[in-house]
Amino acid sequence: MDFESYDVLVVGGGLAGIRAAIAAVEANPRARVGMVSKVYPMRSHTVSAEGGAAAVMRPEDSYETHAFDTIKGSDYLADQDVVEAFVREAPLEIVQMEHWGCPWSRNPDGTIATRPFGGMTTWRTCFAADKSGFHMLHTVFQTSLKYPQITRHDEAFVTKLLVEDSRCVGVAALDMKSGRIDAITAKSTILATGGLGRIYAFTTNGNICTGDGMALAYRAGAGLRDMEMVQFHPTGLPFTGILITEAVRGEGGYLYNNQGERFLKRYVPNKMELGPRDIISRAMTIEFEEGRGFEGPHGKYLHLDVRHLGEKVIDERLPFMRELGREYVGIDIVKEPIPVRPVQHYMMGGVDADIAGATAIDGLYAAGECANVGLNGANRLGSNSLPECLVFGAAAGRAAAEFAGGAKPVTANPVDAMVWDEARRVETSYIEKKGGDERIGVIREEMQHDMDEGAGVFRTKEGLTQLVEKLGGLRDRFDRIKIDDTSRAFNTELTAAMELDFMLECATAIAVSALAREESRGAHARRDFPERDDQKFLKHTLAYWREGAKPRLEYEDVHLGNFKPQARTY
Amino acid sequence: MADRRITIQAVRYDPEKDTAPRMQAYDIPFYDDSMVVLDALNYIKAHVDGSLSYRWSCRMGICGSCGMMVNGTPKLTCNAFLRDYWPRPVHVGPLNNFPVIRDLVIDMDDFMHKLQAIKPWIIRKQELPLGAGEHRQTNRQIDDFHQFSQCINCMLCYAACPVYGLNNEFLGPAATALARRYNLDSRDQGVKERLPVVADPEAVWECSFVGECSVVCPKGVDPAKAIQQTKLETTMRFVLPYGNRE
Repeated sequence: MDFESYDVLVVGGGLAGIRAAIAAVEANPRARVGMVSKVYPMRSHTVSAEGGAAAVMRPEDSYETHAFDTIKGSDYLADQDVVEAFVREAPLEIVQMEHWGCPWSRNPDGTIATRPFGGMTTWRTCFAADKSGFHMLHTVFQTSLKYPQITRHDEAFVTKLLVEDSRCVGVAALDMKSGRIDAITAKSTILATGGLGRIYAFTTNGNICTGDGMALAYRAGAGLRDMEMVQFHPTGLPFTGILITEAVRGEGGYLYNNQGERFLKRYVPNKMELGPRDIISRAMTIEFEEGRGFEGPHGKYLHLDVRHLGEKVIDERLPFMRELGREYVGIDIVKEPIPVRPVQHYMMGGVDADIAGATAIDGLYAAGECANVGLNGANRLGSNSLPECLVFGAAAGRAAAEFAGGAKPVTANPVDAMVWDEARRVETSYIEKKGGDERIGVIREEMQHDMDEGAGVFRTKEGLTQLVEKLGGLRDRFDRIKIDDTSRAFNTELTAAMELDFMLECATAIAVSALAREESRGAHARRDFPERDDQKFLKHTLAYWREGAKPRLEYEDVHLGNFKPQARTY
Repeated sequence: MADRRITIQAVRYDPEKDTAPRMQAYDIPFYDDSMVVLDALNYIKAHVDGSLSYRWSCRMGICGSCGMMVNGTPKLTCNAFLRDYWPRPVHVGPLNNFPVIRDLVIDMDDFMHKLQAIKPWIIRKQELPLGAGEHRQTNRQIDDFHQFSQCINCMLCYAACPVYGLNNEFLGPAATALARRYNLDSRDQGVKERLPVVADPEAVWECSFVGECSVVCPKGVDPAKAIQQTKLETTMRFVLPYGNRE
């Protein structure tokens, strides 16, 4: 069997993946780098990031403050050595993006401008109006086109990691156009597949955010770390879940309840609208429960008001928000408040990886949202994820290139057999499967509803126990699915089925991890255990896959450093 | 209201079974005024017919995946509201002027090659070291190229372009606009390297200035303007003695 073989293979073509590919080439210009993505890279969900990228850019700012803000924001679950390294690298990555052409918004003197963001004590969020992710993704993707060493496999869906003697030697991937499953091998492989927001019904995440890389690594034996830590962003548009950027509050927007009250004064009096996301999402949920939300056709909501900023500031700093308001809600945000409510947005948890992105499997690395390198702990601060993709994407790219330099070549013999088996599995489990009666669309909707109910902003033992059971039931029903589409050509029902398979794995890891963490920390808020418990849970959760059973959990100490855990008030 | 319905007429094509595209109608509930054409397709796929194939992701008008012909006009389906069509049926087809892979999925490899050909990256004689910090660029200098940097590569402009429809060698609207985006960036010095691509006989000179590209752009980019500016600039470079300035 023929297969493509690379030194370094990157799975995922978003900001972290492309940054990794470029870093691998720059670390070793003779390296052959493959990049496989289930979409064209510029469709990756980085494109939807709006507010900006945090880095210490101003002389008044300091690494120590950025590190402290991040660690406090994480509710002390971040690994402090990782945070310290991150804050030092982030400014260089911002400048690198500038050199590659990112149209960062500027100060009057032509330097890169910064804006305030939630949980950050000073202005350090660099931005390109309110399309920061869009501009960063297109910049890095277009820049990647100048490297002949990088070969892309667009619209190829990775179905399995190829692991031989506990070393990852590449992937099996479905070429969507032809429907063929091929091996794409490499001496080292980097997962940069993004988040899993689609396991929830109400999410800012695009259709492609289905946790593929997390599930692939998990099934191959790597741990999933801190999966109970799911971020809910305070301001999503009802019905669509479209993100209204935190930069709206950074630029001075106010949140109001139905009493016309800036209610955050009762929750985060010193920070108000610039409090961290976990606390504001809880505050909004409590406002709803206590009857101070507005009632709309798509459920309860609150008001995010920018009218006092004026048209000029809105058009200069928040033009996309005005466009989204006009097109998706039919309002002009210059004249009317924006209806918003908390919405699933980001996954702090992910593939257990060290500061260089290395996982427990030799030759397998992870970066960006699909990874957990220990940066975000129990709650990520807004505008830390774009620089995370850059810093840890680049680190993984360099580490993977170095590993590839000293690694044995991948041999055809076991790879052929592994891919043959995988192609048969996909045939028999999906395309040729007979007698099924369950629609994947229905199972997916039930999973999303169950996750919203059981693993949302607030959790309980009862709700999580039910969720684990329901997910088990959905897994049983998944085994009886029926696929309408038997064609090879661009079979998106097949990929949707495999995505649902991945999502069920991730959802179960979340539910089981959340049930076991009997405390409240960051985004994980247990009504039955409302306090943080550093004695028992100043620890990372690690979930390991077991076939046909719930995951096995282990715990691992947090890397503490200069910042001792203290009460987290704002 | 609760039992309001709408008919979606989708173009179907499976290269393994069909010799030509065919139409299939789906009658589905139109249960919310906020529903867009993409929501209708998603309803069909989840509940009626899982074999309908199309691309989508962000459903907020920024990823550029879900462009299709909606009642004959290239549109982002995540941004085409059913209420604007109801009670008439909505006809959904693959984008014009592209080969069709399957149903509503077009083959856009041609654009990916064109994108690479225009060298869409900053070209400098000497790269600034990272330690030197950022290039200074004023917001006014950003204004020079800003609109051309808004392109989401959704292909609506190619679907609307009659010249591209006749001759797919034509560089076309989005690629020209992106070449312009870099040529106008104060940090870039690559205009001469891009010149052979944009001044090629198959490039800007093919444009007959219909301007439909700019009309259908969902992001306010004006590729027609980029093409006219490029015509002017290439002429100046050949005609005027100081035309080859950097």
